[in-house]
Parts: sequence; structure tokens; C-alpha cells
Amino acid sequence: MSDDLLDGLTVGAEVTRGGFTLTVSMAAAPGEVVGILGPNGAGKSTLLSAVAGLTPVSAGRITLAGRTMDDADSGEFVETADRPVGFVFQNYRLFPHMTVAENVAFSPRARGMKRQAAESAAAHWLARLGLNDLADRKPGQLSGGQAQRVALARALAGQPQLLLLDEPLSALDAGTRMDVQAELKRHLADFAGPSLLVTHDPLEALVLADRVLVLEEGRIVQTGTPAQVARQPATDYVAKLVGLNLYAGHAAGAKVALDNGGSLTIPDRGQQGNVLVAARPSAIVVSTQQPVAGSARNAWPGRVVGMTLLSDRIRLDLDGEPPALVDVTPAAVADLSLVTGAHVWLTVKATDLEVYKRGT
Amino acid sequence: MPALIAVAFLVLPLAGLLIRAPWGSLGNALSGSDATQALVLSVWTASASTAISLVIGTPLAWVLARTSFPGQRLLRALVTLPLVLPPVVGGVALLLAFSRVGLLGRYLNHWFGLTIPFTPLAVVMAETFVAMPFLIITVEGALRSADQGFEEAAATLGARRMTVFRRVTVPMIAPSLGAGAVLCWARALGEFGATITFAGSFPGKTETMPIAVYYALETDPNAAIALSLVLLLVSVVVLVSLRDRWLRRGPVL
Repeated sequence: MSDDLLDGLTVGAEVTRGGFTLTVSMAAAPGEVVGILGPNGAGKSTLLSAVAGLTPVSAGRITLAGRTMDDADSGEFVETADRPVGFVFQNYRLFPHMTVAENVAFSPRARGMKRQAAESAAAHWLARLGLNDLADRKPGQLSGGQAQRVALARALAGQPQLLLLDEPLSALDAGTRMDVQAELKRHLADFAGPSLLVTHDPLEALVLADRVLVLEEGRIVQTGTPAQVARQPATDYVAKLVGLNLYAGHAAGAKVALDNGGSLTIPDRGQQGNVLVAARPSAIVVSTQQPVAGSARNAWPGRVVGMTLLSDRIRLDLDGEPPALVDVTPAAVADLSLVTGAHVWLTVKATDLEVYKRGT
Repeated sequence: MPALIAVAFLVLPLAGLLIRAPWGSLGNALSGSDATQALVLSVWTASASTAISLVIGTPLAWVLARTSFPGQRLLRALVTLPLVLPPVVGGVALLLAFSRVGLLGRYLNHWFGLTIPFTPLAVVMAETFVAMPFLIITVEGALRSADQGFEEAAATLGARRMTVFRRVTVPMIAPSLGAGAVLCWARALGEFGATITFAGSFPGKTETMPIAVYYALETDPNAAIALSLVLLLVSVVVLVSLRDRWLRRGPVL
């Protein structure tokens, strides 16, 4: 383990909460933003909760900046209030009976600063996040974007060594989300410690995170840079999020026999064994005539079972072996007179397929 | 029709009280020294028992709402018992515990020379015994329905349990705390059975308004009616102040 990680956060633990068990082994270096991606109920919030000390681990340990926070074996446990952690909650949880300034001064005060010092610390953070004008407002009088900034200021004002963000943008409407996201990215870049950012929005993870960790059903199913995860999703869930067709199969040279029926020709790089094959919806071509199959091309029959209008394309849901999502232009739909139930042919070039090893 | 009978039954006596009231001599009836003494005694003892209930009842409400331990259900049952217990029984129990030869009273008397029964302190104790459960139940309900997310947030910001309680929990349940205190105060003000049993009825010392009403009815009906009107007025004010909680449909506490 590098020195960096010793200064950062390490989690090698099992957390049990209400019949659900989360098993995580991960580390985050100072300055690193780790995006925690996963469906509802995957254990994302449980992970944050354990790191913050709101839920004790049932096995293993958590360390932060070289200090043990929680160790199930030795019984060591640092109370939430004593952990140098800043937490931005999903619905912000700003104290409704306090002004913005009082909310931001809460942590410096609770961590032992004198009233005046706490107030000037709060003023510093309010200024830094452009919240000066809102200092005397109550949380009920803030817009979603403003409340998000106040929540971030309140978490940072306690001078944490670790920042936890639970779906920080999910309560915002689409318009403000983009602005706040860009702003959040700047503040995360300024933050010296590691940050864990929970989200179920892949775009958020791609934009904000240096590294992405995918959780499903209480386990880590994939870690990697946002680009890796977006190009080579490890599970159907991730593939769906990043909009790729994903097929699991068994490779033997240039041929992959798919687990759920059908087969695909891939560029022969000598792959053997269990692989995943990812195909972009725009890489697959739909035609009504049976195409001439070539050695470097896959062609198979299918049936249109659904059509969805995206902004400038139409996404076809096609049944076949294998099934596929395919993006076509509205003009193509008209030209081919595609309707639900229509029988079509699907074609995809072998070189347009991304083939990689399957984890387990 | 039965509903009408019920309405008449509930409303007519109160109307009778208003009609029979000696409106002209109300001031005189109330300024009689006994009536004034009873009024003053009632207000301060009810206020004192409300203050005591706030100070010790609120933490108990927190314990009941936020912790779990074996025997908690039994504890809650015991705490709410005075709500349904005939107050006179409460008075007898207090007497047995705190009289000069009582379970605790014997030591208080022996060590501190303290005799509680038939003193204003006994009035406060009797009222607290009967009224505190109202505060506890109200506050416990508020604590249960309050979003604990705010307390978690406070903990992540470095606040220890006491700070969280003082700066986050209490301000957030302030309306219920107020409502509980008003209920508690109203109940204490009207307390009769436990008070007369445990504290007796010495004018100026332990004779509270309800007790004064009871005795005045024989000697000075006008004063009794006047004092009753005062108590009725207080009840109306309490009802109005709690209208948002009480005059809505649905469960109250």
C-alpha cells in the first residue's frame, strides 16, 4: 500500500444492517474523488454510513489518515462526532430552525471553537461558496441549488479530512443540476482529502469522479476509471446505465458463444474463456433485407418489440439471438417502414465489438 | 337523536354555569381573600409542576422514544399509569411514600427533618404526579415522529449527544414541547383528588382553586361559581392555543 493510501481512507469491512450485508474492500487517496455507483439497495448509503460511524462494521476495519476509525476485531470505535468527516446528505438535512450562517457555523462551534471564531470560520466558507447574500436566510427560503451549496459549506466548515456526498445532486432539477455539478467539481478539486460520492447517475460519476466503484447487492462488481467503466461495463446494470449492449459468452478465438443463445464473431486476438462483449447501439445496423454475411461481420434476424424516441434518434428494442438496443435515425424508421413486430436483420462489424475478460 | 342528547348533556351544564354566574359581583367574589389565595397558589404550583415536568419529563420522553432496553414497555406503562389512575389513588400512594412514617418520608424526616404532606410542596408533587405523563406522552410522540436525519447530520458535524439534544432535537420539537407543557399545566391547575389527599386543604397553603370551589359551594356559592368561571376560561384558552393539534380530526396525543 502506498503512503498516499495510508493518508487516505481504507475500508476492508462487512457491514450488516437489517438483514442486508455489505462487503467492501476499497481505498481512496487524498484528493481523489471515488464515485460509488449502483442501483437502489446496493449498499451505497450503508457504505457512507459506516465510514461516518453512523453504522458500526460487523467485521473488518476502517482507517482514515492512518487512524483506526472502526475495528470489529479490536473493538476500537471512534464516535461519529469525533471523526474528521464531512457529510453532505441527499436531502441536505439543513437545520430548519437555524439561519444559513448558523448552519455553517454549527460544526466549528460543535468542534470546540469559540462563538466568534466559529462565526468568522462560517463567514469564510459562505464567501468561498458565494453564499454571503444568503447568510441570514432560513433553509426553507433557499432554492435547491442554494441549499446544496449551503450543505457543502456546512460540511467543509468542520475542516474534515474526508468528504462524503450522498447523491448530492439528486434533489435538483435538470437545469440547475448541470450548473451545480460544474461548481461541485471545482470544490471537490480544491478539497485536499479523499471524497466518496454516491450516485446512481452515471453521468455524475463520469464527470465528477476520478475513479468509479460499482456496487450491486452489497458487493463491489467493478472498479476503474470512468472511461474504463463506460467502455467495458462488467454487469448488465452498468451496461444499461452507460447505454451499451452487453453480452456474456465463451470465447474461442474469433468466435464467442453467448450464454443466452446466439454467437458473435470478434476480431481474433486469441481470446479464450469467459468474456463480455459490449456493442454501442449506434454500431448496429438494421435492414429489412438479409445482408451478405462476411467473415468480419455479424448478421442475425430479429423482431422489433419496442421503439423509443430519444432526442434525435429512435431507439429500437429488438428481440433476437442475441437481443439488442439499436439507435437509428427517424428517417431510417420511415424508409424501412419499421413498426413494432416487424422482422428485420441486424448487422454489426466485428471491429465494433469491445471484448474483454469477465471478472467472475 | 342520541347525538343531540350527548351535545345537550355536554353543553347545558356549562351554559348553566354561565347563566347562573353573578356577573355583577364577579369582581367581589374573586377578590375575597380566600379566592385570591387559591388562585395565586394554583397558578404558582401548576407552573412549578410544569417546570419540573419539563426538566425531568423531557429526558424521560427521550429515553422512551430513542432507546430500547429490556423492560421499556413496562416502564412506559408505569409512566402512563397516572393518566388512567384515579387521582385519589395517586394521592394515597404519595401519602404512603412520603408521610412522616412512609417508605421514603421516614428517611426525609429522620435525616433532613423534612415533612412533605400537607405543605405547598406536597401540592406541587401531587400535581406533577398527575400531570407529567401528559407532557411525556406528547413529547415522546414528537420525538418518535421527528426526523432523526437531523440528529445524524449534527453528529457528523462534530456534535456530541448533549449538544445534539440541546441545539437540534429540542428546537425542532419546540411546538410539541409547548403543547405538552400547556396540557400539563392545565391538568395540574385542575388537579383535585391527589392534591386533597396528599396535601389537604389549608387555605393559603394547600387549598388550590378546585378545592376552594368544592368548599365554597357550601359557604359562598357565588365565589364557587366565579372560581369555576376562571377555570373554564383557562380551559377555553388552552383549547384555543392547542387548536391546531386538538380541533383537527384524528388522534390527539
